[in-house]
Amino acid sequence: MSLVNFTAREITCKIVYYGPGRSGKTTNLQYVYGRVPESRRGRMVSLATQTDRTLFFDFLPLELGTISGFTTKFQLYTVPGQSYYNATRKLVLQGADGVVFVADSQARRFDDNLESLQNLQDNLLAQGIDVRQVPVVFQYNKQDLPRDLILTQDEMDDALNFRAVQSFSADALHGTGVFETLKGVSELVLKKLATGTPVA
Amino acid sequence: MTATLNPLYRFDTLVVGAANRLAFTAAKAVAESPGTVYNPLFIYARPGLGKTHLLMGIGHAAKAINPRLSVEYLTLDEFVESFHAAIAAGQGEAYRRRFIDVDLLLVDDVQFLTHRREMQAELLRLTDALQTANRQIVLTSDRPPAEIEALDERLIRRFAGGLVIDVAAPDYETRVAILLRKAEERRASFGKGVLEAVASLAIDNVRELLGALNRLVAFQAVSDTPLLPAQARALAGGDAMDAPVAAPGQDEFSDFLSEVSETVAQQVDSWRTKVAAAILRWEGEGYRTTRIEALLQQEMTTDPEQVLHRFEADVKQLQSLHAEASELAPDLAGSNAFRDPDDLAGAEALVTRARQGAHPPPAPSPLWKLDDLVEAPGNRMALQAARVVVSEPGGRYNPLVIVGASGVGKTHLLHALGNALAVEGRGPVACLSAHELTAELIDAIGRDAVGVWRARYRAASAFLLDDVHLIAEKDRTQDELFVLFNYLMEQGRQMVFSSAVPLAELKGVEARLRTRLEGGLVVDLPAPDREVRHHVLERLLQAKLGARDPELVDYLGSRPAESVRAVHGLLQRVLNAAESQGSAPSAALAREVLEGAVPKPVKRANSRSSGVVAPASGARSREKIVWDWPDVGDRIVEEWR
Repeated sequence: MSLVNFTAREITCKIVYYGPGRSGKTTNLQYVYGRVPESRRGRMVSLATQTDRTLFFDFLPLELGTISGFTTKFQLYTVPGQSYYNATRKLVLQGADGVVFVADSQARRFDDNLESLQNLQDNLLAQGIDVRQVPVVFQYNKQDLPRDLILTQDEMDDALNFRAVQSFSADALHGTGVFETLKGVSELVLKKLATGTPVA
Repeated sequence: MTATLNPLYRFDTLVVGAANRLAFTAAKAVAESPGTVYNPLFIYARPGLGKTHLLMGIGHAAKAINPRLSVEYLTLDEFVESFHAAIAAGQGEAYRRRFIDVDLLLVDDVQFLTHRREMQAELLRLTDALQTANRQIVLTSDRPPAEIEALDERLIRRFAGGLVIDVAAPDYETRVAILLRKAEERRASFGKGVLEAVASLAIDNVRELLGALNRLVAFQAVSDTPLLPAQARALAGGDAMDAPVAAPGQDEFSDFLSEVSETVAQQVDSWRTKVAAAILRWEGEGYRTTRIEALLQQEMTTDPEQVLHRFEADVKQLQSLHAEASELAPDLAGSNAFRDPDDLAGAEALVTRARQGAHPPPAPSPLWKLDDLVEAPGNRMALQAARVVVSEPGGRYNPLVIVGASGVGKTHLLHALGNALAVEGRGPVACLSAHELTAELIDAIGRDAVGVWRARYRAASAFLLDDVHLIAEKDRTQDELFVLFNYLMEQGRQMVFSSAVPLAELKGVEARLRTRLEGGLVVDLPAPDREVRHHVLERLLQAKLGARDPELVDYLGSRPAESVRAVHGLLQRVLNAAESQGSAPSAALAREVLEGAVPKPVKRANSRSSGVVAPASGARSREKIVWDWPDVGDRIVEEWR
């Protein structure tokens, strides 16, 4: 995927929300969808199971209009979190320009977070990509839950954020931290324009 | 026409935010050095975002830096009107001159060029003329050039060749800053949160924003109580007093959009600026920029920094090749082959050829062949020596020195020998006169390229120097020739010299050089004997008339002549006389012309008579009168008998 297309004067950024199942990836997209003026958003495609879990992926195209003469589009994707959908995750991850790792702040999901992060690194590596080269931000979701159930942002950072990239505390259901996260990853992705190298 | 610049529209009154920072930077750069950075500069933005402010700001700033600069601001409508007026008054040329002489031309609202073909052609011509003269043109429009309907493709390319930059809608922070600045200018103060409330409305047009501020100022002026943020929002909404303020969610998205815009502007525009600046720079220096232009045209898959870097490295390489080539072969200086960084191989090949002597020293004239020379007892020795030299170059007779009076055919023999040596294919043969050698040396000294000059002759497989006696008193030429002589001798290369002065009588030539010349074979080329004269005349007659006349040849051949050149002269006189009489040349006519009883010539319109009188007798001697001057080259000095 080409990030900048000078012929079509188009910038397209593909951002993938990654993380363990039920960490709130789809919720992030739904919140964004609800806040974007109708004229700017495409149809959100969500393929969910009967139990409302993401089966394949969510896709939200955003038209940001013409910026500096470039038609700027963001494509937000989520991957299915459940471990048995790894083939789908790999597929969705292809050509990603940036990754938001949505971690579940609940202490009991600690291992799921680690496993998913490991899975992200493996899947990137399988595509020949070093995770250190990819714009990644962390979002620690469900920080609105009672303190005794969750890990704080610092604790989450200690557990997951080895490279000390940007991290955001969030309550995706109510929107806290959702746009901050999107801004954070967008900035990293756009700043990487200079190299023009997509993730895959 | 600086008076038309609005004094309020200066750079210092412009609020610079993320949306217009790049355009402002470009405008400032242009104002600081018009005609050198981004030319043309094309700024586009939706109405009310400050295009005109930027445009006039450039005018003010440029004037402030250099008050003598001529700056002209006009809208496209004014441009069109004055053009039509000028055409109607038959002053089209004066109109063009008026703009071509402007140092900084600012044209506003060029989107109105739509479907105006003649104005587009005029603007294209003007843009080209200004660019050529390094004068600046800045244009604004409400849309990018490519979106101006029916705009000439060439104009679009011209604009793209400079810098096309847009101004986006101001973000929230910039809107607050604008409101604060304008409120301060109007000496109006508002309670906390009032201006912020207005700025939070989705008003992305500065004019509308200022309209909203005007309503706040007016309201506050008639109100006893300070304005509250909620009231301000309602007021700023204008007619739609009850219109809901943008939902908080929408604000979140606006903020996101604003940040993305800022980042994109920083990233993308800094690139475009960099690429455009590089194109401008290298194009200005005469290099082809196809490769970096492609960055703006094609889908970007590589790092432009790297492409620019490589392009620059290639240009440097071209420059170095050009410098070397100019030194090796001055005629390669300025060659277009050193202007295309995409054809480094071509440039390198050219330099390689120059290094290998593809630009050899002067070659012998191809007109003279050894076989054309008439062998006679008088010149037999010289011709035999020449044949030996051809068969054994650098062997038995090295150097060969041909001595003979002027006009006996030394140069002919030298060049003929040179051609015969060149046929051998051992490499370039240098054949030139001593006069040319000195002139080349002087030129090389002037260009500080004596080394290259030397190398040129050292690369020669044979060196033939005509009229070596002319190096007398030319010390530097003698020094160089001495060194070259030794080098060529060492390399076993053949050298041939001719001299109109016997070597023993050479004055002003260093003994070390003279003795070296004497060390070879010195042969005399005497005045042509009867046999030579005979052959020469036959050949000349055949060449000039395409006919044989043995009687005429016999007669002329029997006449004394010191040189071949003199034989040419005799025949020419007879031919001229024949032409003037309108008869065919013959022995009888020749006799009459050369010995007296010249038949009265039929006067030609352009003939001249010198009427020279023989000094000894005082009587008119027909033989001493030159009735018709032959061509300058064929003129001879008639001998006195």
